[in-house]
Amino acid sequence: MKRIITGVGTVAVAGLLLSACSGTGQETEGSTDTATSDLTYAVITHAGPGDAFWDRVKSGAEQAGGDYGVEITYNSDPDPAKQSQLIDNAVAQEVDGIVVSMANPDGVQSSVQRAVDAGIPVVTINSGIERSAEFGAITHIGQSETVAGEAVGLELSEAGVTNALCVIQEAGNVGLEERCKAAASTFSGTMANLQVDGTNDAEVKATIKSKLQADATIDGVLTLGGQYAMDAVGAVDESGSAATVATFDLSDDVVSAISDGAILFAVDQQPYVQGFLGVTAVHLRATNGNDVGGGQPVFSGPAFVTKANAADVAKYAANGTR
Amino acid sequence: MTTTDIVTIATRPRMERQPIRRLLARPEMGALVAALAVMIFFSVYTSNFMTLAGAGVWLESASTFGIMAVAVALLMIGGEFDLSAGVMTGFTALIVGVLTTNYGLNIWVAVVVSLAVALGVGALNGIIVMRTGLPSFIVTLGTFFVLAGIDLAVTKLITGQVSIQGMAKVPFYDTIQPLFGASIRIGGGVFYVSVLWWFLVTAIATWVLLRARAGNWIFAVGGALNSSRQVGVPIMRTKVGLFMTTAGAAWLVGMISLFRTSTVQANTGVGQEFIYIICAVVGGCLLTGGFGSAIGAALGALIYGMVFQGITFAQWDTNWLRTFLGAMLLLAVLLNHWVRTRAGGAR
Repeated sequence: MKRIITGVGTVAVAGLLLSACSGTGQETEGSTDTATSDLTYAVITHAGPGDAFWDRVKSGAEQAGGDYGVEITYNSDPDPAKQSQLIDNAVAQEVDGIVVSMANPDGVQSSVQRAVDAGIPVVTINSGIERSAEFGAITHIGQSETVAGEAVGLELSEAGVTNALCVIQEAGNVGLEERCKAAASTFSGTMANLQVDGTNDAEVKATIKSKLQADATIDGVLTLGGQYAMDAVGAVDESGSAATVATFDLSDDVVSAISDGAILFAVDQQPYVQGFLGVTAVHLRATNGNDVGGGQPVFSGPAFVTKANAADVAKYAANGTR
Repeated sequence: MTTTDIVTIATRPRMERQPIRRLLARPEMGALVAALAVMIFFSVYTSNFMTLAGAGVWLESASTFGIMAVAVALLMIGGEFDLSAGVMTGFTALIVGVLTTNYGLNIWVAVVVSLAVALGVGALNGIIVMRTGLPSFIVTLGTFFVLAGIDLAVTKLITGQVSIQGMAKVPFYDTIQPLFGASIRIGGGVFYVSVLWWFLVTAIATWVLLRARAGNWIFAVGGALNSSRQVGVPIMRTKVGLFMTTAGAAWLVGMISLFRTSTVQANTGVGQEFIYIICAVVGGCLLTGGFGSAIGAALGALIYGMVFQGITFAQWDTNWLRTFLGAMLLLAVLLNHWVRTRAGGAR
């Protein structure tokens, strides 16, 4: 009996310790203090941990939450089954709106539709543009991968590139495959895909480097994320190749590399906009009954960043908002 | 060697005489206390955790981890690891996806073919480990990479994409979907059939471990390999069987994932293998083999599922998610360890 009592005591102590921890966790959320209404919106993406791009989406969503005085919760999981659970979780919490990215729309379909059926306003962002309306989302805020990819293909052809690599950093992401496919479709030369392990930058760099060394005719590297562009720049340097680097998506480093001429251009789908407008669209529905987009997607990009406008973009990139 | 043998027999938990002490000495007892602690904490701390809607979410989350954790626990009690268990869940689902959407094979046949291939890979794992005497950690690490590569390369080669699309339009999809992906709505909560599978797998594994002769063999090969060889335990059959069981469980989880979402990606399951091992260890399995329980592993998965979803329910800043997860798992293991030490059943 004594053991059981001590056991219960330990449980209580463990609970107290944990509540102390959680207090620290919540203090970091600026929106808590400024909340003027008790609305809560869940932002649920397919990002893996530690991704610079998705940090911008999160910042945008949190900024909007702060501006509107509402609570924002951000969660992510690259596995569609687990992302579905996060959506179910938000529905169980009875949130007032859900912003969701759909890298693999089939995978989250039932959960998204259940959220819609439960009367929760849903906005899709980033990927899943084709299925958004079908699932009952108010609108989709993102970039058409096809439109952006085709623009990149033309731009690369114009720069005189003839033999390019398209570096895919995440196996299983349909959106990334589409970007390469669309870029290849308008590109005048040949373009081959290169699969790399995006969770390990050193490995990405090494893989691109060996590819460049193996084939000296490669004169262009197209990466699909800001941090991988920096890996590509390093690989081009070390391999002594003269290949031109271009990339989808921005980071602080990419902008300065564009200023220095190490990267030719970056096509920015403006993730901050996706987070900010995603929350804005559900907020307008929840508080004012609006239909943003009128059933059509809202494009957050593409915006080209070249040497000409890099200096302007640089100051925002340093804030983590572009 | 004889002394080791006696230790092994002594750890067969039901050999203890005093009823309460026997109960507390069971390997899953600590996990049960830890699970209750986690459950009480989140029930008090958040308003939606202990509702039907909330329970549906964390039970589903725990169920797929739980099925694998139980199978991995059996394997660990038998003294081996399987690092290919995570990727195998994606591999089996991809087989079904490719065979049906691309080659038009009947979906029931495809599901059976997938099981057969999984069991084959499991048997191969076991046979290589037993024949070469290499650590299973290395052998299955190799299988893990081979399968991960096949998942991506073959899927891309055959379908031209990196995920299976259009699964729900395959003929007879509706006849098999309820078996693995059905859900019912009770109150405000959605409960998936995977939870029943989880209970079923745990019950069968517990029965085998505690009541069947194969259970004796599993404890014996994991606790004292040489002694069990000397007393005539069929080591090869037991260990290969364990690897096949793990592969079979991975097939079940693959089917659940496939029919729950109607899609599967080339990277599905990669990295999950360690979570299964963690759940088994939280549930009282020893990394050195010869000790553990299926119910414990199931409770370990329950703890993982509750913590994982509970953190979301608590709306803590998810930049800290892994830190919270790690801290809570550590607390759960410490509590588990403490309970077992106090009960005198720890090793």
